[in-house]
Order: sequence, then C-alpha cells, then structure tokens
Amino acid sequence: MVQNLFYFFSFLAVLSALMVIISKNPIHSVLYLILTFFTLSGHYILLNAQFISIVNLIVYAGAIMVLFLFTIMFLNLKDDEFVGSRIWYNLGSVFIVLVLAGLLVSKFAFAPVTVADEASMDSQIGMVENLGQTLFSRFLVPFELVSVLFLSAMVGAVMLGRREKGEKNF
Amino acid sequence: MELYFFLAKAIIILVIFGITLLIATYSTYAERKVAAFIQDRIGPNRAGPWGLLQPIADAGKMFFKEDFIPAKASKWLFIAGPSLAMITACLTSCVVPFGSTLDLRFLGIENLVPIQGIDVNIGILYVFGLVSLGVYGVMIGGWASNNKFSLLGAMRAASQNISYELAMSLSIIAIIMMTGSLSINQIVDDQDAFWKWNVFRQPVGFIIFIVCAFAECNRTPFDLPECETELIGGYHTEYSSMKLGFYLFAEYINMFVSSAVISALYFGGYHFPGESLLAGMLPADALGHNLLTMIGVGVFFGKILFFIFFFMWVRWTIARFRYDQLMNLGWKSLIPLSILNILVTGAVVLAWPKIESAFAFLN
Repeated sequence: MVQNLFYFFSFLAVLSALMVIISKNPIHSVLYLILTFFTLSGHYILLNAQFISIVNLIVYAGAIMVLFLFTIMFLNLKDDEFVGSRIWYNLGSVFIVLVLAGLLVSKFAFAPVTVADEASMDSQIGMVENLGQTLFSRFLVPFELVSVLFLSAMVGAVMLGRREKGEKNF
Repeated sequence: MELYFFLAKAIIILVIFGITLLIATYSTYAERKVAAFIQDRIGPNRAGPWGLLQPIADAGKMFFKEDFIPAKASKWLFIAGPSLAMITACLTSCVVPFGSTLDLRFLGIENLVPIQGIDVNIGILYVFGLVSLGVYGVMIGGWASNNKFSLLGAMRAASQNISYELAMSLSIIAIIMMTGSLSINQIVDDQDAFWKWNVFRQPVGFIIFIVCAFAECNRTPFDLPECETELIGGYHTEYSSMKLGFYLFAEYINMFVSSAVISALYFGGYHFPGESLLAGMLPADALGHNLLTMIGVGVFFGKILFFIFFFMWVRWTIARFRYDQLMNLGWKSLIPLSILNILVTGAVVLAWPKIESAFAFLN
C-alpha cells in the first residue's frame, strides 16, 4: 500500500515538475508547480512527518505560489517577445543543465548508501513535539540565525516597497 | 473488530458531510428569511410551507440554466475554479470534533469512537492549510474568465485573503501556546468548564479571529471581491448555471465551517455549562455516555447555528468597507494587535505558576 502510494506520488511529482517546464502558458506552469508541492506533501505524510507536510502546503502552496500567481496574472505576457540572441540563450541553458546534472550525479554517485535500521527507527520522529524539541535544543543557534535572516529580509522588503519622497502615485 | 470501527467511522464521516451540505443549503434559505426579518419583509414563502422548499427550487433552477463558457476563456481552468472552491470548502470539516466519543461496545467495537473525521495532531494547521488554498478557486476562476472585472475581483480576493490569513494564524498562536497542542480535540477538551472557555481567556484573540473569519469567507462587510457597485459581480461575473451556484454554495459551506471552528476554538466546542453535573446524574454505562455525547453534539450544533445567524446579522447591519480601509484594518490594526496578544499571552503563561502561588491563600 505504502509502496504503491510512493510510486503514485513520485510519478505525479515528476510528471507535474516536467509540465512546469513544458507548459507554454506561465499560469499553467504555476498551477503545475502547486501540484508538485502537493505530491511532495504526500511524500512527507508517507514518511510520517505530518507537520512538515502541512507547513509545506501552507507556506509554499498557500502563500508563496499565491503571490506568484498574483504577479503573473497582472503581467501582459503576450506582448513580451524574446529579445536577444537565440544561440547564446540555448548554449547557456545547455551549460547550466549540464552543470546541475553533473552536480546531482556526482552527489548520488559518491553519497554513502544508508539503510534505515528498523530496530533503532523512531516512527514518531516527524511529529511536531519531537521536531520542536530538536529545533529548540540541538539546533537552537541555527534556528535563531535563520529567524534573524527572515527578519532582515522582511525589513528589507518593507524598505524597498515604501513610498519615496515626492512620489505621489503608488 | 477493526472493520466495525472503520465502518462506524465511515458512517460518521458521511453523516458529517451530509449535515454540512444540508446546513449550507438551508443557510441560503435562512439568509433570506433573516434579511427579510431585519428589513421587515416576509421573505420566501411560495415554495412549500413557509417557503421551506425554496433552496431545492433554487438548485433546480441553477441546474437547468444555460451553462455558458465565454469564447476567449481558458476552458479547463474556467471549470476548475468553482470545483476547487467547492473541494477546499468541503474538506475542512473533517478535522472538527463535532462531539465527544461514542461507546459502541455492544456492537463489538472495543475503542471509543470519536465523532470527528480524523484526529490528526496538526488539526488546526490543516484548517489553515485549506483556508490558504481556498483562494485558488476564486483566483483561477477570475483569471480564466478573461474579463477585467473578474480579474480585479480575483486580485482583491487574493490580497484580502493573504492579508487576513496572517492575523488569523497569529491570533490562534496564543491559543496554541495556552493549550500546548495543535490538535483541535485537545483545544476543545482544555475548555471543559464554562469559565475556561477561550473567549474569556482570549477576548482579543477572539475578536481578531472572528473579524478575519468574516474576511476569509468574503462576507459583508468584507465582500469586496464581488462588490457589485464597482466590479459588476467580481470574480463570478462570467459564471452562470451551477458553476455560479458552486461559488455561492462554497461561501455558505465556508460559513458553516468557520462557525464550527469558532465554536470549537473559543466557545468550548461540545462542552456546555453543567456538563459534569449532568454526567453525575446519568447512569455510568454506555447508554449514559452516549446520551451525554449526543447532548454535546446538539449543543455544538446550537453554537454553530448561532454563529451562522451572527454572520447573517452582521451582513444586514454593517455597510461594506472601502478597499484601503480594509487593508489598513488588516495590516495596521489586526496584525500588530495579534502580535501584542501573543506577547502578553506568553508572559502570562510563563508567570502563571507564580501568580497562582501568590494567590494560594484564597483557596
């Protein structure tokens, strides 16, 4: 059952991730990306990590992708023709794809293969209580650093978006 | 006897789903009757006795109207919009505990059966997840219509939902801090006495939450996404037939679900004053337990119906906000207020053992 669900979610994840790239219409791309997040949340639930799963949905599917959709809906994309050299554009994309693929392959080729030990495996590790205990004891400093990073990003966004002196229309 | 447990659970889920749809259907009738009462009219009274068959007549009319898709609309997304609105609205009620547990040992089910779809330990986050997804139905529908007014309505809905979602989640954090759990079941069980209801312990949080609930349901005074005077009909301008019906119906389901969530989080859920007294009077066997549970369910539905009435009462009392007023209220009043609420709650929760020991002589 779990294995079948795993294959189902994986198939859907790969398919929708591909459709993000293949779709001509950016709105469809965003919607496929949201579907990808849903399948990833399904994977998290299979791993018994309910908290990560639902936070993934709230933050990515519920907040960030809404803003993506919001912005793209306001752009008049039909007028945007591609400017610049086709050849350099294609060469650049091929180069980036090769570098990323090389990184991925090298990572997987040299990564040690770990097999879960059923005896020492704690199925409750992904529950929100255990996650909180770990975050606020073992990873306290990184956690606080990340929150400072978020705060500075928020302040930066407010500073960038504020009304300039002498600017009447907003 | 696992099978019987799942069977009982399946029946409970089906009944909850049916009741959700039934109450949403009759909310349309109640809305018109309440409006008529407030405006000193009679309201629907032609279809059936006291107009009771009016919702069914409306649904029949909706189904037989022409189902129109504009020529330049994005066809699949145009259909997906109302479907998504309906799906996200229906999914939310499955984590709300509608009652305590049923003792079905005479059927061979050993465990007590909770009257709740699923008891996940992240219940309240699940509700937020679905609330934040609810905006997709409106956005996709508004964009797919290929109409400027629809798009503007969708944009308004999206920015309104994003803004009020923040204050809503922040106001809940105070409750989560007091209860120490994300499970709605535990939040309800934490309020087992009348004076422990969260509305008394978290009055500011309650006011923030209910204002945000109005905004999330797109109800007056926050119904700017479908503001007729400015946007014709907002995001559902181009919709007709049952697709329009789904959008309108999803609003009523959302109203039911948010009433249920408000009653569960702030008004003690299925607990009622004098519950322990009644529990002492009833026999301590399965029958007494089930009877107490059913009374609890009845009380919970009473609270839900009151809040549905409250939604309608506000609709016919308060005028619509202007858009900048809406944004100012959300970002400049509600969010700072809810952050302050969290700080004060945190301080009180930390200092509570000391306060209790300082006033120990009173006991």
